Amino acid sequence: MFELAVGPVSRALVPLVTRGVSESHWWDKWLLLAGGVAVFIAVIGIILFLADKSPKKIRDWAQLLVFVGPSILLLLVGLVYPAVRTIILSAFDDKGTTFVGLSNYLWMVTQPSIVQTLINTVIWVLIVPLASVAFGLAYAIFIDKARGEPVLKSLVFMPMAISFVGASVIWKFMYEYRGSELEQIGLLNQILVWLGFQPQQFLLNSPWNTFFLIIVMIWIQTGFAMVVFSAAIKGIPNEIIEAAKLDGANAWQQFRNVTLPGIRGSMVVVLTTISIATLKVFDIVRTMTGGNYGTSVIANEMYSQTFIQVQPGRGSALAVVLFILVLPIVIYNIRVMRKQKEIR
Amino acid sequence: MTTSATIESPDLAPATISVKASKAKKKLTSRAATIAAIVIAVFWTIPTFGLFVSSFRPAELITTTGWWTIFQNWGLTFDNYAEVLTKSGASSANLGVYFVNSLIITIPGTLFPMVLALMAAYAFAWIPFKGRDIIFIVVFALQVVPLQLALVPLLQIFSASGIAGTFPAVWIAHTIFGLPLTIFLLHNFISEIPGEVIEAAKVDGASHTQVFFRIILPLTVPAIASVFIFQFLWVWNDLLVALVFSGGTSDVAPLTLRLAQMTGTLGSSWQLLTAGAFVAIALPLVVFFSLQRFFVRGLLAGSTKG
Repeated sequence: MFELAVGPVSRALVPLVTRGVSESHWWDKWLLLAGGVAVFIAVIGIILFLADKSPKKIRDWAQLLVFVGPSILLLLVGLVYPAVRTIILSAFDDKGTTFVGLSNYLWMVTQPSIVQTLINTVIWVLIVPLASVAFGLAYAIFIDKARGEPVLKSLVFMPMAISFVGASVIWKFMYEYRGSELEQIGLLNQILVWLGFQPQQFLLNSPWNTFFLIIVMIWIQTGFAMVVFSAAIKGIPNEIIEAAKLDGANAWQQFRNVTLPGIRGSMVVVLTTISIATLKVFDIVRTMTGGNYGTSVIANEMYSQTFIQVQPGRGSALAVVLFILVLPIVIYNIRVMRKQKEIR
Repeated sequence: MTTSATIESPDLAPATISVKASKAKKKLTSRAATIAAIVIAVFWTIPTFGLFVSSFRPAELITTTGWWTIFQNWGLTFDNYAEVLTKSGASSANLGVYFVNSLIITIPGTLFPMVLALMAAYAFAWIPFKGRDIIFIVVFALQVVPLQLALVPLLQIFSASGIAGTFPAVWIAHTIFGLPLTIFLLHNFISEIPGEVIEAAKVDGASHTQVFFRIILPLTVPAIASVFIFQFLWVWNDLLVALVFSGGTSDVAPLTLRLAQMTGTLGSSWQLLTAGAFVAIALPLVVFFSLQRFFVRGLLAGSTKG
C-alpha cells in the first residue's frame, strides 16, 4: 500500500532531483523527504482511522489487519519472496534463464579463489567471537572493580557507534605503510620500526592480511560483549560472591565457580550474535581491500559476483551458502525463545 | 597487608580481621583492575584518537609525519574539513552533498520501520489471533536471514516499479530490513505492560487504536528511544543497502558509500580521508553518547531475553 502511494510521488519528484545538484535546487531533496514522510503518515493515519470507524462486526478483524498487515506484507514481499527467489536463482545460469542444477555450487568448490573465500569466512567466524568474548569478559571484570567505570565503559563501547566503513578508515590509517627510508605515518609500522623491524604491508601480504582485517571486527564487537557481560556480572547476587570469599576462594576460583556459571546465558547470546554478524561481514573487507590479496569473504564475494561480475546465479549460490551457515544458529535461537516463552 | 594486620593486632576478633583483610584485598584488586582497564581503554581509543588528531593536520604534514609527532611537527588547520565538506567537483570528496543524502535516507529509514513495528508489536503482544505465535517466530527468525539473500529479487522489484536508485527505494529497503529486529525489540517491551491496564481500557469500550495511542505509546517512550538508536545507527552506518539500492551517485548515495569510494580513489589523500571519516561518524557519536543509557537497555532487552 505504501509502495503504491509513494511510487507516483517519487516519480514526479525524482526528475527534479536528478537534474543535478545545482544551487537553485538544493531544496528538492528536502521536498521529497517532506513529501515521503507526509504520504506515509497520511496513509497510516487514514487506515487506522478507517479501521477504528468500521462497523462493530468487523472492527476487531479490521484493526488486526491494519496493525500487523503492513509489516507482514512488507516482509513477505521484501524478504520472504526474494529469499525464495534467490534460492531458485542459484540453480540458474548468469542470465537467469537456463537451469543448471548444482553447477553454481560445484563452481564454488572447484574455484581456488572461492575456496579461499570460504576458508577465510571460517577463520573469521572462529576468531572474532572468541576473541571478542575474551576481551569483553576480561574488560567487564576489570571495570567492575575499577573507578570511573562509566567513562571506561564508554571508551571501549564507542566503536559500536562507528560505521564499519569509518572503522575501516581508522584502521587503514593504523596500518598505513611507508618504505623504510621514509618516516612512517601509520602507528603500527612506526612501532615495528621502533622495535627494530622492517615496516610491513599489513593489508597486502596474505595470509596475515585477513588477520589484520579481523582485528577491526574484534575492535568493534568487544564493546558489545563487554556491555552484556558487565550487566550479567552485576546481576550475580552479592551473597554468592561473599560466600565464595568467606570460603577462601581465590580470584581464579571465584571466576570459575561464581562468575562463569552466572553469565552462561549471556555468553551464549553474545557468541551467537557476534557469530552471525561475523558471517555477514562485508563492509570491512569491501572498504579495506575490496576482497583483493586473498582476503575475500562470502558476503563480499556474493556482492562482487552479483553486481560486478554480473553472475547473479553464482552470487545467489553464495548467498544461499551464507544462509545455510546462519541456519543452525537461527534454529538454536528459536528453540531458546520457545523454551523461555513456556517458562513465562 | 593481611598478615601485617594480624601481627599488629593479635587480640582482635577473627571476624574483624577478615573484614579488614577483605577490605584491604578489595582495594588492592581494584587498583590493579583499574590500571588494567585503563590500559585496555587506551589501546581501544588510540586508533580513533590518532585519526581525529590527524584530521586537523595540514596535508603536507599528515602524509609525511606521524600524528604522534604533532608537537615536533606542529600545525593545526580546519582546511581539511572545509575542503571535504564544501569543495565540489569530480575529484573532490563533496561530502556536504552526501551528508544531506544520509539525513534524507536516515530520517524515513528510521521513522517508517519504527511506526510499522510499533503497530505490529502491539498486535503480536495484545491482539490474540490464529497463528500468532508461529508468525512471530518467523519474524524473529527473519532477523538473522542475510540481506544478501534478498538483494537481487528486491532490486528487480524496484526496477520494475521504476524507483530503483531513488530515495524511496532506499527508504523501503531499510524499512523492510529493519522490521524484524524493531518488531522483536518493541514486542519485548510492549508485552511487559501489565495486562490489567489494557483490560481496564477495553472494558471501558476502548478500541485497539485507542489503546494503542492512549496507553501503549506513552508507556513505551523509553523503549522507543532504545530502538530508535538501533535503527538510526543501522541505517546511518549501512553500506550494503546503499550500494545496491541508491544507484551510487551523489544524487542519492549516503556518506558511508562515498567514504568507501574515497578509500579506493583518494586512498593516499589522508587529509581528506581523516576529515571525511569524522564527518561520517560525528552524528552517530553524538547520538550514541547522548542516548547511551537507552542503547544499552535495548541491547540487553534484545540479547538477554531473546
